Amino acid sequence: MTVIEARGLRKAFGTTIALDGINLRVEEGRILGVIGPNGAGKTTALNAILGLTPYQGELRVLGRDPWTERDQLMRDVCFIADVAVLPRWARVSQALDYVAGVHPRFDRAKAEGFLAKTDIRRASKIRELSKGMVTQLHLALVMAIDARLLVLDEPTLGLDILYRKQFYDSLLNDYFDRSRTIVLTTHQVEDVQNVLTDLMFINRGRIVLDCSMEEFESRYLEVTAHPEHVASARALKPIHERQVLGRSILLFDLTFDHVDRQQLAVLGDVRTPSIADMFVAMLGNKPGNKAGEAQGAAR
Amino acid sequence: MNTQSNAVPESFDSQGIAPAAMSATRPMYWSVRRELWENRSIYIAPLAVAAVMLFGFLIATIGHAMSMHDPARRAAVLTEPNTFAELLIMGTAFIVGVFYSLDALHGERRDRSILFWKSLPVSDLTTVLSKASIPLVVLPLLSFALTVATQWIMLLLSTAVMLGSGLSVAPLWSHMPFFQMWLMLLYHLVAVHMLWYAPIYGWLLLVSGWARRAAFLWAALPWLAIGIVEKLAFNTSHFGAWLGYRFSGGAAGGSFTADNASMDPLMHLTPGKFLSTPGLWIGLAFFAACIAAAVRLRRSQGPI
Repeated sequence: MTVIEARGLRKAFGTTIALDGINLRVEEGRILGVIGPNGAGKTTALNAILGLTPYQGELRVLGRDPWTERDQLMRDVCFIADVAVLPRWARVSQALDYVAGVHPRFDRAKAEGFLAKTDIRRASKIRELSKGMVTQLHLALVMAIDARLLVLDEPTLGLDILYRKQFYDSLLNDYFDRSRTIVLTTHQVEDVQNVLTDLMFINRGRIVLDCSMEEFESRYLEVTAHPEHVASARALKPIHERQVLGRSILLFDLTFDHVDRQQLAVLGDVRTPSIADMFVAMLGNKPGNKAGEAQGAAR
Repeated sequence: MNTQSNAVPESFDSQGIAPAAMSATRPMYWSVRRELWENRSIYIAPLAVAAVMLFGFLIATIGHAMSMHDPARRAAVLTEPNTFAELLIMGTAFIVGVFYSLDALHGERRDRSILFWKSLPVSDLTTVLSKASIPLVVLPLLSFALTVATQWIMLLLSTAVMLGSGLSVAPLWSHMPFFQMWLMLLYHLVAVHMLWYAPIYGWLLLVSGWARRAAFLWAALPWLAIGIVEKLAFNTSHFGAWLGYRFSGGAAGGSFTADNASMDPLMHLTPGKFLSTPGLWIGLAFFAACIAAAVRLRRSQGPI
C-alpha cells in the first residue's frame, strides 16, 4: 500500500526552484527521514504533501490530491509543522476539547493518558508551558489521533536531549506500528539514526539519496585506516575522506565493484557510517567536491 | 530497535474502517467556540459596558428620578436610559466586531497557530465562516440578550426603589412597551447589524487574511484614498456620503432612530422597503465575494 506517491513534483518561488521534479514513493509502515541542508526543499516537499502549498506535477497522498482535499486528508494525516505552533492563548483543556470536537478519530482518553505521564496541568495556558512541554502536549494530541500518516517537520528543534530522546521513544513505543507511516525532517540526524527505516537526502530541490536503512548499512562502509594503510585505502577510491585526531577516516560505497568488505577490514577498523557523516560526505558544501560523484552513485 | 526489522509493509485491516460519522455542523460549532475562547473581549466588552451602564443608572438616574414629584415625569426619567443602553451596547458590539474581524485571519498567521489549525480536518470555508459568524451572528444575538437583560434589571431596580419609598409603580410599568421595544431591537439587529453591515465585516475579514501587517491601514486607506481623489478631482463628496449611508444603517437605519416616538414605533418597521433596496443586495453580493476570496487566500497562506 503506497501512502505517498509523487512524480515530477515541482515548486518554484519566483526564480528560486524549491523542488526540481522529485519522484517519491513511501510505502505503508515506513519511517522516512528526509535530511537536507537549510533551503534544500524539505519543508516545501512536506507542505505539498500536507496540502499547504500548491505544486506542479503529480502527487497523491493516501489516494487524494492534498491541495484540493486538505480537510478530508487531515482525517488520516497528522502533522507537527514546527515546535510551538499550538495557540499560545489556549488552555491545555481547551486544546483537548477542540481536537476532540473536530477530529472524528481523536481518542481523548488516550491523550489524557499520555499527558498523565508529564507535568502538564489541564488548566495551564499553553504560553505558560516550556518549549519541551508544548512539544509533549502536541505529541500527545497527535498520538491520540488514529491517523495513517504522521508528518513531522523539525519536531524537536530547540529541545534539549532528554526531551528529544523521550519524543522519539514515545513515538516508537506508543504510536508507531506497521499500519502507520511517519515522514520526518530534522537536522539532529544523530537522534534518528536508529529510528528510521528509510533515508532520503535532498539538496537544492533534488533527491540525492533514497534508500532503506538496510541498504544504507550494507552499501556504505567507513574505514578508520591504520596509518600504514592510508595510501592503499585511498587507492580504492573512497567517496569521502576526513581527518579525525590525526587519523584518516574513509567512506566507501560498496556497490562499486573494485572494493568489498573483507578487503577494507584489513586496512583498518570498519563500521557503518553515521547518517551525519554520510550527509557531510555527500553534501559537504565545497563546490566541485565528491558530492557530484556520490550523487551520480546514488540511485 | 525492533521496529526496524519488522517494518515490511503488510496489508492492514483498519483501512476499511470509515471515519466515525460526524455531522457537518460539529467543526463549525467548535470553531465558533474556539473564537470565543481566544477573543474573550467579544463578550467581556459588552458586559462591561452594560455593568457600567447599570452602575450609572443606580447612582445617578434613580436619585434624579426620586427627586421628582410628578409620577409621569419620574417614569419618563427612569425609562429614558433604555434607548441609551441599547445604543451603547450595540455601539460597543460594533467596535468589537470591527477589531475582531481585522485580526481574525491575521492573528493566526502571526502566531503561526494556523499550522496547527490546518493540521485538523476543518475546511478553510468552515474556518472563515465561523469567523464571519462572530460579528454577524454572535455579537448581534449577544447585544440583544444583554440589552434585554440590562433593561429588565433597570426596571426591577426602579421598581424596588419606588416600592421601598411607597410609590406606585403603575406609571413606570405602563411607560415601558417592552414587546415593541424588543421587536424593534431585534429587527434593527437583523436588518442593520447582520445584513446591512455584512459587506463591512466581509471586507475587514478579507483584508485581515490578505495583509501581512497593518491590516487596519489596508482596510481603511483605499476608501479614504477614493474619497480624497474624488474631492480633489471633482470637488464633490458623493463617495463619503455613500460610505456614511452604509455606516448609518442605510434604508433600515431610519426605523431605529424613530424609537420612542409618540406614535406606534412598529409603524417604522418597513421590511418591504428595506428588502427592495438595491444597496442591500449589492452589499450582500460584495460580502459573498469577500468571503470567497478570504477562503481562497487562507488555503494558500501560511504563517507570516
